[in-house]
Amino acid sequence: MCSIARTRILLAPKVIAPKQIIPGAVSLRWFSNEPKATKTPLFNLHTKYGGRVVDFAGFLLPVQYSDLSLSESHLFTRKSASIFDVSHMLQTNVRGKDCISWFESICPVDLKGMKDGSSSLTVFLNDKGGIIDDLIVTKVNAETLYVVSNAGRMKEDKKHMRETSELFRKKGNDVNVEFWETSQRALIALQGPKAVAVLQTLTDIKLEDLTFMTSRMGKVAGVECRVTRCGYTGEDGVEISIPAADAEHVTEALLQSSDVKLAGLGARDSLRLEAGLCLYGNDIDESVTPVEANLTWLIAKRRRTDDNFPGSSIILRQIKEGVAKRRVGIRMETGPPARKNAVLKDAKTSETVGTVTSGCPAPSLGVNVAMGYVSESLKKAGTELLVNIRGKDIPCVVAKMPFIPSKYYIKK
Amino acid sequence: MVVCSVFRVTSRLARSSLGAQCCARALYSTEHKARFYTKKHEWVSVSDNIGTVGISSYAQDALGEVVYVQLPEVGKQIAAGDECGALESVKAASEVYSPVSGTITETNKEVESKPALINKSCYEEGWLFRVKLASPEELQQLMDQAAYDKYLEEH
Repeated sequence: MCSIARTRILLAPKVIAPKQIIPGAVSLRWFSNEPKATKTPLFNLHTKYGGRVVDFAGFLLPVQYSDLSLSESHLFTRKSASIFDVSHMLQTNVRGKDCISWFESICPVDLKGMKDGSSSLTVFLNDKGGIIDDLIVTKVNAETLYVVSNAGRMKEDKKHMRETSELFRKKGNDVNVEFWETSQRALIALQGPKAVAVLQTLTDIKLEDLTFMTSRMGKVAGVECRVTRCGYTGEDGVEISIPAADAEHVTEALLQSSDVKLAGLGARDSLRLEAGLCLYGNDIDESVTPVEANLTWLIAKRRRTDDNFPGSSIILRQIKEGVAKRRVGIRMETGPPARKNAVLKDAKTSETVGTVTSGCPAPSLGVNVAMGYVSESLKKAGTELLVNIRGKDIPCVVAKMPFIPSKYYIKK
Repeated sequence: MVVCSVFRVTSRLARSSLGAQCCARALYSTEHKARFYTKKHEWVSVSDNIGTVGISSYAQDALGEVVYVQLPEVGKQIAAGDECGALESVKAASEVYSPVSGTITETNKEVESKPALINKSCYEEGWLFRVKLASPEELQQLMDQAAYDKYLEEH
């Protein structure tokens, strides 16, 4: 869920800068004295299955596996199920009587109003309402939270949580933040229409009752795991948090089914884009607010009345009075795909009206899709724009997101 | 060829398997005209002063499935090292640079409608464009097959 600026990379390995930036990695500042990339608990499994491993936000992770091309892997996820190693993401456990009050002081989420065992997408906000990171928080109970945030923002997230919780404690509150190291805890995403049926054969959790954005502890292939019905593909599926030592065992057990294959960062990026989901560092960052990012729904109703989250005065004013730019989906029927930083123009006046923040060919649709920010007056679906790619203006239209219908398991 | 905004292959594993693939392909094509390579992984082979240009197996593998090809216009004059086209894969955009100077005489229409030919057959059906050489001596600046194989191994 995070990434960086378009970077030019020579294919010749030696000419490549020591560290680089990938869709999905965040705006990390990489320093030459930074330690070597970290292996996740599934590193050996990646090499065993022919994963093409890259340095992604400081972690060695597969872009794809040798059995499928990126678009094949993408399409397999949409029709069957794929496992993604997302152990690079920061898993944080929060405990204490006042953990909910603390978390609500840094996010616009309504944790008080959430049931135990339910999860929500939310954002860490700075004082101007800019997005520090996006994350999923699970209210385990009134005194425990489980948080998953972006690897590319690990340093910033840790610092932010550490500093704000210390201040909160100094005021006499009870909150303790524990970051789980990648060496201790793995996280895999099992995504696709067949994901849950396969998982059900291996778990004692009744998955029929585990609706979208709920979370339970239970045995998976004999190992005590946390299973959350969520994902980053637009498909039904789960994320499974596993003790590092058992990660290979659980993953291999799931791979026994012919309905399940491993998938890498490449498919993850095109799947999330088709699903209209933001990649931190590309589509959202500290310079945009949730309102501009078309994520106004993240500002919980109760929190709008309370008006006490970081940047709330700015954000609430934006909700009331509007914003100058807005994140939209963009669809192009022909031509090259638009990539990050491509300039968007008004098709009528040829005036510059915005910028693409991420884009790629959409394997499920056979067209190119993108996200970007445009002037508020042009945000309506169907608005004709031009996108400049290598000096040429190519027609495109503002499109509704998600680009493909979401398949989340929501009980009516 | 320069890949933009993508996943860089860093692991030794990935590289060694790539190297092996390149060598295998090189063996298959010894019967054909000699190819000369740039450090950016374009190749050119020359016949009657007309150079045929494409990208190497290493490059197509690093780029992944090519989904869009942009080629120079016929008649355009280019200098060695000029950007003269672009390839788009699912994961990356990359520019193509001409290995030699001259005038574009032909582009591969087949590859424009079926970009995957570049992955399937980067040295045969997946060629990109032809150029009438202005300075044939430029070929001496490029790597032959053995030098290129060594270059891939060392880098």
